[in-house]
This record gives sequence, structure tokens and C-alpha cells, in this order.
Amino acid sequence: MKMLVRGLAASLFALSAGAALAQTTLLNASYDVARDVYKDYNPMFQKHWKATTGETLELKQSHGGSSKQVRAVADGLEADVVTMNQANDIEFLAEKGLVAKDWAKKFPNNASPYTSAMVFIVRKGNPKGIKDWSDLAAPGTQVILPHPKNTGNGRNTYLSAWAWALKQPGGNDAKAQEFLGRLLKNAPLFAAGGRDATTTFMQRKMGDALVTFESEAEMIAKEFGKGEFEVVYPSLTMQTEFPVAVVEKVVDKKGTRKQATAYLEYLWSKEGQENAAQNYLRPRDPELLKKYAHFFPPVKTFTVDEVFGGANKAFATHFKDGGSFDQVYVAK
Amino acid sequence: MKSNRATQEPGWVRALLLATGLGFLFFFLGLPLVAVFVEALAQGWPAYVEALKDSETRSAIWLTVLIALAVLPFNILFGVAAAWAIAKFDFRGKSLLITLIDLPFAVSPVVAGLIFILLFGAQGYFGPWLAANDVKIIFAVPGMILATLFITFPFIARELIPLMQSQGKDEEEAAVSLGASGWQMFWRVTLPNIKWGLLYGVILANARAMGEFGAVSVVSGHIRGETNTLPLHVEILYNEYNAVGAFAAASILALLALVTLVAKTVVEWRMKKETDMLNTVLAPEKT
Repeated sequence: MKMLVRGLAASLFALSAGAALAQTTLLNASYDVARDVYKDYNPMFQKHWKATTGETLELKQSHGGSSKQVRAVADGLEADVVTMNQANDIEFLAEKGLVAKDWAKKFPNNASPYTSAMVFIVRKGNPKGIKDWSDLAAPGTQVILPHPKNTGNGRNTYLSAWAWALKQPGGNDAKAQEFLGRLLKNAPLFAAGGRDATTTFMQRKMGDALVTFESEAEMIAKEFGKGEFEVVYPSLTMQTEFPVAVVEKVVDKKGTRKQATAYLEYLWSKEGQENAAQNYLRPRDPELLKKYAHFFPPVKTFTVDEVFGGANKAFATHFKDGGSFDQVYVAK
Repeated sequence: MKSNRATQEPGWVRALLLATGLGFLFFFLGLPLVAVFVEALAQGWPAYVEALKDSETRSAIWLTVLIALAVLPFNILFGVAAAWAIAKFDFRGKSLLITLIDLPFAVSPVVAGLIFILLFGAQGYFGPWLAANDVKIIFAVPGMILATLFITFPFIARELIPLMQSQGKDEEEAAVSLGASGWQMFWRVTLPNIKWGLLYGVILANARAMGEFGAVSVVSGHIRGETNTLPLHVEILYNEYNAVGAFAAASILALLALVTLVAKTVVEWRMKKETDMLNTVLAPEKT
């Protein structure tokens, strides 16, 4: 028995040691539709790093639901960097002491190298004439969105509609809450996630409008064809951020701080920004934003910090148990 | 055999039952299977082949096979040992052992995965020690093997226990009384008696090992090309709007399932044949 245990331990050790002996490896834990962005970015950075330092880096990717990914990092997934689509998720790692408390200040632009905006996807020809948030709350309209309480997509939608209602003449929190009540009544169901919402709208043909990221519209086109739908930009919507951070604990242990920091910094380089633009994510670089203006029509946006005083505060006010969502949404 | 009035249902009832059964089979098994291949080939053969040639998909296929191969020897060892102990011996705590063997059936796979996170995760019981010694279990292949082992553990034992119990211990006792050593008895008497049952259990355990999603998903870490098995890879491709890639990978899983089904049928047929043969040989002895 003792032999067996020792043999097992030895073979497990050999399996894990094999990876450690190889060249420097960075693991990037990312949200689940980030593949296209980093598929092109990784070789770009490898080349850049080789040219400037002579070191050959191996870059690995892990993809999954954003919150699930940070959970895994907290449980010991040795990711050198995290590139997410919600600030809450990185906050979670900061609370656990894996990421610096001031992670948002470690890189420019709130540590978010690119952004997107919440938009409407409507059926070809826009038969219901949907133009703005008010149309989504109109009687007889059906809107598809993921669950606001536990998906980033759904939260962004909820907060966008709230901010829009707030900014209407005479708008206040009470009116916004009442508006959200009407809008949510038009949701025949809450999808489990962004992908699920898309399937419901595109494949099951439910609903008149789908609310999702601008960048997601292009992925939908890739699968379902461009002629099937139209993108509608509301008069005001949320600028969504994609925050990145170095996982301090991991880079200290692996000795990869230099490489990991450079990997994230390079996202702000011309090449990194252009790659984001080509993947339909709005670059921070104003010149590139202009160059790719055909992808990114001008839209009036707000940030969560401006209207809600930060992602954590927004979460506490609206999505915690007993928050505004629970008050608005009385189960049908 | 003459049909008995009392056990004979009217024609329309039989037709209805048959139609329900076949309809259910078609909608819940046939249609999804067809859909997998239709979706996988939606953009033609070249796209399908291209999707399968993707290095991440190939590594997912190999990892799935590797995990199954790593898990099966342990399953065979533990399954045979447990079934042997339960079927041929009486000891205290036997019913407790039987219950424990069934535990993986009762526990949700996700919970099974979380158990390993709790044990070996960074904040788990052994986490700090493992980290200090640089041994990776969770979010690496060893953890995925452990999780799969846990999930597939009961299959072989469950298959063998009733078989060994029905065979009794007469033959083993005869072998020992004729001077066979323990190993001789096992290799020459017990193993030949259970070989088809064992194979059947191995096939079932293998099918489950290859298809397992929940437990493996929790401990995988989803590192592409490294810790993604086929079922996990299918999910991530689907979430990335890569329908052809997702369904192409799913079609490989479906093919593995079909191969398993055929193997299972062959084994069942051989088992039946041997029992029939035994019965005819033994029949004259009965009075």
C-alpha cells in the first residue's frame, strides 16, 4: 500500500514537474468569448517580447464564464494574468488578496484596454420600430436578456436601462425603478447567459429585441449570417469595460511578474489596440477609433463609475438580495 | 409458445405502446444524434475536417482518451477487489462498503468535483502543502483523473457483485481443495467466470469516463490544449459561436458512444451465449 501511494505521488509529481521545466509560460484566464481577441494577440506579443528581450514565451489560455474563472483562480488555477469582462470579478480576487487592491490604477483607463457598449439586436427590417429603451418597455414588445441578478450581460442591460430612465426629463430613482418594472415584464424569460440569450433570440426566434454587447453582434453574424438581424444603438447606453490584472500571488511564485505586466501593457500598444478594434471591441486609442469608425458608430455612453459610483456599489444597490431588482421583479 | 388471453393486450393498445416507445426513442435519441452530425456538417466536409484538425480539438481528444486509459486500470483493480470481497466473503461492515461503492452514483458530479477542490484547492486542506511542494493536482491532469476515477468507480463493482454472488464460491472452494494457490484460483477459476461481466463494466465505465462533464469541469481550469477534455471543449466552442467546431467535436463523442454501444451489444451477446451453453451442459445433471 505504501509503495502504491509513493508510486502514485511520484507519477503525479512527474506530470506536474514536466510543465515546470519547460520555458517560461504565462497563463491568461479569460471570459468565454475572449478567444478571438487573444488568439491573434498572443503571437503578436510573443514576437514583440522575443524582439525586445530575446526570451521565448509560451502563452496559454483558459476560457470560461467570467465568475467561474475567478473562482478557479482563487482556488489555485495558476493564472499569471486575468482578463475579464466585469470589474466585480477582479474585485473578488482583490478581496482574496490575489490581485493588488488598487488593480484598477495599475494600468491606464481603469485597467480596461478596450470597451464595448450595450446595444439592441432586432429582427431584419426592425418590424416593431425599436429605437430606444422606452420601446423595449412598450406593451406588446418582447425583450430577451440574460438574468440580471447573476450574469454580467443581464446586469449591464439592467443598469443601462436604469441610467437611461434616470437621464430622462424629470427622471429619478423611483421613476427608473418603475420603468425597469415595465421593461422586465416584457421579458418572457431570463436566459442563463449571453450565449443562451442569443440562441433563444436567433434560433428559437423568441422576442423582438435582444440586448447584448456591441462586440457580440459580430459573433452572432459569424454564426447566423448578417442578413438575419439589425443592430440598434439606443440614445444612451453603458460603456462596458474589460478589466485586466496581474495575479500577484502567482507571478511572485513563478517569477513571471515582468512578463505578465508587459503582456498586459502591450494591450495598449498600437498593435494591441488595432487587434481589439478588428475584433469589434472599441479601442482606447482615439486615432484607431476613428480609423475603425465604420465598426463603431458614435453612441452616447456612460460608465458605471459615473452613474452608479462603481461596480461594487451598483451591485450592492441593485442586485444583492432585497436590492432594486428583487423589488422590481416580482416573479410571474 | 401459445399466447395467453390474459396476457394479450388488444391490438390498439399494443400499437399505442409501441408508437409511444418508438416515438420517444426517435425524439430523444435518434433526432439529437442526427442533429449533431447535421450541424457538424452544416458548412460541408472541408469545414468539418478543418475543425477536427484544430490543435486544441485534437489535444482534447487525446486528453479524453488519456484520462479514460488512466482511470480504467484503477477501476478494474478496485472493482474486482471490492466485488470479490463482497461476493465471496462475510465480514463486518459489508453493507457499509456496498453503500460506499454506490456513493458516486448518489452524489452529483459537480459536488464530486467540489470535494476535490475542497481537498486540494488553494484554500483546501492539502492546498498549502501542495503549493509549497509545487505539486499540481487541481486544474491539472491529475485532478481530472481523480475526479473521473471517483465518478466511474462503481460501474465495474456494481456489474460484478451480482454476477459473482450468483456464481457462489463452490468452484473456488473446489480449486483450493485440489491444491490451487490463491493466484491460480483467481486466474484459472474466478477470472474466466467473470470476464464478460468485467468487460461489460469496463465498457460502461469507459463511456462514462469519456463523457463526464460536471466533475471534470470543476477541476479542469479550462486551459486550452492542456486541460480541456472533449465535453468541455464542446461547451467552450459553442459559447464562442463556433457551431461547426462544437458539433464536430460532439460528433467525435457521439462516434465514441456508438462504438461503445456496439461493443456492449457484442459483449451482451457473448455473455448470453456462454450462459446458454453452460445451462445446456449442466442441464442433464438436474433432476
